[in-house]
Amino acid sequence: MDKIPHLLVHNRRDNVGVVVVENLTAGTDLFCVVTEDNSEFRGVLNQDVPLGHKVALQDLSVGDTVIKYGEDIGRMVAPVRKGDHVHTHNLKTKRW
Amino acid sequence: MSNPKRTIWAYRRENGRVGIRNHVVILPLDDISNAACEAVAAHIRGTIALPHAYGRLQFGDDLELHFRTMIGTGSNPNVAACVVIGIEPGWTQKVVEGIARTGKPVAGFSIEGNGDIATVAAASRKAKEFVHFASEKVRIECPLTDVWVAAKCGESDTTTGLASCPTVGNMYDKLVPLGLYGCFGETSELTGAEHLAAARAVSPEISAKFMKTCAAYQKDVIEAHKTSDLSDSQPTKGNIAGGLTTIEEKALGNLEKIGKQIKFIDVLQPAEAPARGAGLYFMDTSSAAAECCTLQAAAGYALHIFPTGQGNVIGNPIMPVIKVSGNPRTVRMMSEHIDVDVCGIIRREMTIDQAGDALIDSMVRTANGRLTAAEALGHVEFVMTKLYRSA
Repeated sequence: MDKIPHLLVHNRRDNVGVVVVENLTAGTDLFCVVTEDNSEFRGVLNQDVPLGHKVALQDLSVGDTVIKYGEDIGRMVAPVRKGDHVHTHNLKTKRW
Repeated sequence: MSNPKRTIWAYRRENGRVGIRNHVVILPLDDISNAACEAVAAHIRGTIALPHAYGRLQFGDDLELHFRTMIGTGSNPNVAACVVIGIEPGWTQKVVEGIARTGKPVAGFSIEGNGDIATVAAASRKAKEFVHFASEKVRIECPLTDVWVAAKCGESDTTTGLASCPTVGNMYDKLVPLGLYGCFGETSELTGAEHLAAARAVSPEISAKFMKTCAAYQKDVIEAHKTSDLSDSQPTKGNIAGGLTTIEEKALGNLEKIGKQIKFIDVLQPAEAPARGAGLYFMDTSSAAAECCTLQAAAGYALHIFPTGQGNVIGNPIMPVIKVSGNPRTVRMMSEHIDVDVCGIIRREMTIDQAGDALIDSMVRTANGRLTAAEALGHVEFVMTKLYRSA
């Protein structure tokens, strides 16, 4: 039984989570925890993703709003699949 | 949990404010007086010069901010006494008179007509007198909550929003209701979270004042000067390396610093001293670490809490800066810079409540005299905020 999470999610509404351990590689069976209620779930990582970087919790299309902390943090500019790395190559601010 | 009603041993100044350091500052009014100030500081042990880049041909709001920062820095309760040196006597005296309102010893010297050497000689005699005065001050027992505590995060990443910023928020939720003065700022880094911050204002009036400050920043700074976008600067390269993608994401993590329960009671101009009693204040500042810390110290804050993800190394010459990090890589690779390790939060081995207590313990030890990592490493960044070009 895992004790240390691979991925933390702030809010039940979020569609991305944050990798919180180092050297996670593609194919890892992820132990995920939602911090607001300590609920747990599992997922699969599609790529190597560094500590601190985000992973999609569901498939997302271009134009979809990305939710973290239960809030809007920007829009997708490229599609991703559940378990993909989400960062500057596929997510952009709506501000500028 | 630790008892937040703890006491510390600190310096009670002439005006009643509590300082946790006992500096004799040699303060240059302007850029061309830096050399004289540094000469005095090199001559008289126990003094510190605060060289900076400005003070000539400023006008309007920018000049007012310059004076507010100079007077506020000299007035900070971590400063026992202050020597001011300027090129001419008029503005020098204005700063001296401002600092003198605290009741602490302060004296001004001007260079024109005297030259650096005679000025340094006269200022050194006065600085020596002030060092004797300051070194006889003794620490007395004071409530921890009498220490004004500011916060600002830097080189943030996704761990700051998960761990180190909520740790600061937990500390504020515990201490502000007991009478602490708190402060957060970073107008630009609330972009995308303005609505959440505005909802934490104590009244509709203060909420409107906050939104007006954000709108002015967008209009006067961003719209006036942006090229295509700010994505190369906000988030920073360090933020992006740490996993932050957008300004909204960065802002939401930043705002975790103000906790879950407390409200902010006023919106301060840069370097403006809080005047509505104990409580949390928002200050309109840049998000650049040294500029923000310098403004908060000039407003009278005596201790600073600095959550960092990727490892910002900032310090301040008069206000101790406590670094808090929840990024295990940073804590391992840059351990000499981190005062409070809260990596246990992301491993689910430490609660936010426990991390808040650990921070309060560190604040007590720092207030009692333990040097912070930034102090031990000699970080004395003193950076004036400038609003626009000089005349």
